[in-house]
Amino acid sequence: MDPIFMWETFKVLLGGLPLTLNLAATSVLIGGVLGLLLALGALAGGRPARAFVAAYVFVFRGSPLLVQIFLIYYGLGQFRPALQAMGLWGILREPYWCAIIALSLNTAAYSSEILRGGFRAVTIQQIEAGRACGMSGLLLMRRIVMPIALRHALPAYGNEIILMVKATALASIITLMEVTGLAGKLIAETFRAVEVFVVAGAIYLSLNFALSWALSRLEHRLTPHLRPRPVPFAKVSPHA
Amino acid sequence: MEALRAYLALVGFGENGWGKALLTATAMTCAVAVAGFLTGSIIGTLVAWAKLSRSPLLRGFGTTYTTVLRGIPDLLVIYLLYFGGSAALGTVAGFFSSDGFIGMPAFVTGMLAIGIVSGAYQAEVLRGAFLATPRGEIEAAKAVGMRAGTMLRRIVAPLVLRLALPGLGNTWQLVLKETALISVTGLVELLRQSQIAAGSTRRPFEFYFTAILLYLAITWVSTLLFRRAEDRTMRGLRRAA
Repeated sequence: MDPIFMWETFKVLLGGLPLTLNLAATSVLIGGVLGLLLALGALAGGRPARAFVAAYVFVFRGSPLLVQIFLIYYGLGQFRPALQAMGLWGILREPYWCAIIALSLNTAAYSSEILRGGFRAVTIQQIEAGRACGMSGLLLMRRIVMPIALRHALPAYGNEIILMVKATALASIITLMEVTGLAGKLIAETFRAVEVFVVAGAIYLSLNFALSWALSRLEHRLTPHLRPRPVPFAKVSPHA
Repeated sequence: MEALRAYLALVGFGENGWGKALLTATAMTCAVAVAGFLTGSIIGTLVAWAKLSRSPLLRGFGTTYTTVLRGIPDLLVIYLLYFGGSAALGTVAGFFSSDGFIGMPAFVTGMLAIGIVSGAYQAEVLRGAFLATPRGEIEAAKAVGMRAGTMLRRIVAPLVLRLALPGLGNTWQLVLKETALISVTGLVELLRQSQIAAGSTRRPFEFYFTAILLYLAITWVSTLLFRRAEDRTMRGLRRAA
């Protein structure tokens, strides 16, 4: 363990952090929206919609993300003339966009299952109470169903976000130099696997600790009704 | 129809087909997954035991192990083992005056990497299952005078395994998908074989598509097997629904 080498390694790896964060944030956002649509399709759609969502989830959860990335990045390159004609080649030749597409489609499958569980946690009484107050349609959705469902889904969704941060490492295999990509390059150049591993591991761990701390704060804020009530101060009248 | 016939010739078992190579590679994927999962079971049992122990030192070790290995990308662990292991092997070989790079055997790297990472997940599953076993059963075993070893074999292990089976099934699916990452060490498993075939035929789409189908087949079969195992371990239990 050479501290100077580790400090130099840290500075190099930190250069990959923006790309790691960018990949994770973008794909969680896109995948979250897609996942929500899939969950709603599975719950409210007809038979074809339900079958489509079930097949989608089966395919994307049942095969490795790395193969999905390869299929999109290398596999679609085979249809270059057709993609050029459609104007999609500009996106699909970029490893960055291929990684974003694969990560988003993958996390959408997991998110849709998590969100579907959240929606199923909304009880019929809560919906009836909303209707009794005169809410319906979008208002009921926005004020009653969504808050309850999202709150219920948050712990599992938090895990999925952390898994996505780890999954961005796979983008390094299609030449994107994020933290793991830079670490792999450094290890191959210097053969000091342990030191580089420790520094890269520390970066991911601090990132994931920060994330899980933020998520637990959010969960705490969103569930005031589940906390024990604060004991009120006894009212002492000075004149009694 | 013509496209389908061309595809089937490409991945089939004919003269220029890659079918045999792909099936061999699928077997390799299963082999490295099973070896890694079993290694992970041993590590997971030890780590779960450490996390449940009374010693703060062991508990601290267990917590650090599960937190670190679940918080960093698997690819980093593979790089560490592959390059770190090769460097260590090179040093050992240096004593015997051999020189040059000695590659860590890819299968061993894969097995260890999967074992080390899935050990962290299995430890959490086993710990949760142990905490969920009814205390009364263990007290009853003590009351009839069972020794620790007998109690572990007859009472604790069957109860823990029954409760842990769904969680272990999830971990197995993670392990199966993680084997794809081992392709970076050059082990010719399903993904690496598909890469080789894609490179040599310039038909990447067909081969990665086939790889996905084969992975889906493995995960589907293992889901069925785990479901049957769960049903079997639940024999003799009344269910709520």
